[in-house]
Amino acid sequence: MKRSSWTDYQKDIADDHYYYARSCIRQNFFPGSEKVFLDILGNKLGRDIFDDPLHTSCTGIGYHSDVVPLETIMTVVARQFALMSEAGYENFTSSCITSFGIYTELLATWEEFPETEEKTRENLYKATGREFKKPKNLAHTSDVIFHHREEIAQKAVRKLINYHTGEPLKVVEHIGCHYAKIFPKSGIGGSEFPYVLAGMVESWGGELVDYPERRHCCGFGFRNYLVQANRGYSIANSHKKLESMAPYKPDFIVCNCPGCSMFLDKWQYTIAEMEGTTYGSGGQGIPVLTYEEMAGLVLGYDPWELGMQMHQVDVEPLLDKMGIEYDPSAKYLGRNGKYLGRPERAIVNSCSKDTLYKIKL
Amino acid sequence: MKHVIIIGGGVAGMQCASELARQGVKVTIIEKESDTGGKVKNWHKLFPTFTPASEVLSGLRHKIAATDNVTIKTGCEATEISSNCVGLASGEELSCDAVVIATGYTLFDARIKEEYGYGIYDNVITAADLEEMFNKNDVRLVDGRVPRRIAILHCVGSRDEKVCQRHCSKVCCVTGVKQAIELKQTFPSADVFNFYMDIRMFGPGYEEMYREAQQKYNVHFVRGRISEVSPTIDNRLQIKAEDTLTGRPLKIGVDMLVLLIGMRANDMNAKLESGNGLLRQASGFMQPKDAFLGNAESNVDGIFYAGAVTAPKNVAEALCDGATAAARVADWLSKKE
Repeated sequence: MKRSSWTDYQKDIADDHYYYARSCIRQNFFPGSEKVFLDILGNKLGRDIFDDPLHTSCTGIGYHSDVVPLETIMTVVARQFALMSEAGYENFTSSCITSFGIYTELLATWEEFPETEEKTRENLYKATGREFKKPKNLAHTSDVIFHHREEIAQKAVRKLINYHTGEPLKVVEHIGCHYAKIFPKSGIGGSEFPYVLAGMVESWGGELVDYPERRHCCGFGFRNYLVQANRGYSIANSHKKLESMAPYKPDFIVCNCPGCSMFLDKWQYTIAEMEGTTYGSGGQGIPVLTYEEMAGLVLGYDPWELGMQMHQVDVEPLLDKMGIEYDPSAKYLGRNGKYLGRPERAIVNSCSKDTLYKIKL
Repeated sequence: MKHVIIIGGGVAGMQCASELARQGVKVTIIEKESDTGGKVKNWHKLFPTFTPASEVLSGLRHKIAATDNVTIKTGCEATEISSNCVGLASGEELSCDAVVIATGYTLFDARIKEEYGYGIYDNVITAADLEEMFNKNDVRLVDGRVPRRIAILHCVGSRDEKVCQRHCSKVCCVTGVKQAIELKQTFPSADVFNFYMDIRMFGPGYEEMYREAQQKYNVHFVRGRISEVSPTIDNRLQIKAEDTLTGRPLKIGVDMLVLLIGMRANDMNAKLESGNGLLRQASGFMQPKDAFLGNAESNVDGIFYAGAVTAPKNVAEALCDGATAAARVADWLSKKE
């Protein structure tokens, strides 16, 4: 494939001094990702990043579910920017794709309709007494990792290659709809041929899988999932993607968005339970990683320190392929060695012998 | 002897030149490419009669060669234009008594519609690429195989607000029908699908050709736009569309996708507007003095238009335009005396 169009979609990504806004849901499902991002930026790369305990949810999920009005979310976002200004930062980086889409959308709205910005300033001042400056630079945290990907490659202790065969690992990437589909120019590579994750994969030795449903939504879609009656639609979208990628035999999926990582990971369990279908090698699921976890593995972090025991689909087959040493007995030990409890064995992981499964090889 | 400069050596410019020369006017054609013929010289056959494009061009060239009054300057670009002088990129200045702008149009760059993968996926080609393949008698997939299923997508870069091309390019519908028939003639066992918004068969013989495509050649017509093209594991193309007549989404695999790229206004039209006070339409094409009684004249005395510089046109209309412009120029020159 002659994929070069991503170079048409470049954006400025600040090199240092970031104000960090966390995701609401990410820490529940991929709990080590944000921690390792801060560690990579601060300790491995020596950059200044401020993790502010004062910031709140951007309320994006509520906004997209029609329970938070536009004026409210604008004021909440303005407060985040005010906190950034007060902390002495100008470069805003958000961990969540939904939030990134919200910040991008609202900055564009204020640009297009200045009266809404004025009204927001008024609302924020009345509510909190705060004033804000718009960020000089707005980037998603994957943009920041992309920006530093070569520096990370230089510090890498291992590459995205099969330890046993020397072949590059085949990686499916999923950038998430709100990263670039709303404003293609806000994402590295645009929305059709996104490169933010692909660039990391290539720089770290992996091989990108360009499969037919690459651009398709993971199925989260807010109301697809939040309204219980719509969940069949949600899983149908994930199912479509998994069916499409399976023939390429990917070694793992890397996601940009907290929601996408969660759904592509957990719906594999549901599909396996519903249909007995699994999509990974050996009758198991395809491991789903966040890009911070991918960077963490490349940089030599311990997988359990990265929180990978919290994944629905077991990551051990991938760790084995990469030749990563890990302590199986430490998998369910949390901080200070506290036992977290062991989940029930699931088809997507352990493949019980007494069940017939349609295994895609 | 009066001297008229025609900018653009496509079919409209050539027709205008031959008509003026026949009336005893000295004509200079300024053509930026190495040969005359414009876009038509790259075309294989013309709708609806399947006349070889080369026949039309050789007829025009023959008419021009029959007179001594026409000078053709190829590889020359006009940079400054007024009604009595044309400056060339080389620095040369040519004085004249009138100017005809016959600079035509620009083919829409299909790479802008990224979702179709032109320039990225093998076997996604444009209508212009297909004409070149027909010219070389070499319509094949990149790996040399014969296509078994071909999709043709209408309105690529036309009627599309996302790419700022709101106008209809007019000739793409019939080109799609023509190329579908040619593909069926070349590969009788292939399935050929046309994906369209509307089928606009405005010219004589077009509707009949559309009917023949369906009845005689079994070309499939699907009313719906293609939303996305993706590569498949066996190096084919997966197409997603909506069949708006059945109201259902559609996903099919094809070997080849032909994009019917539209006509867009030349970038130089903006300069004509700012530098010469010539009026331009919202579409970017030049604005004639009057849509009915002055469609070969500009709003500036001594500057005339011929062909697709004012709007998307087919070859027959461009030829007609050339003759009309010649008549209007001759009239203006006689009044000038």
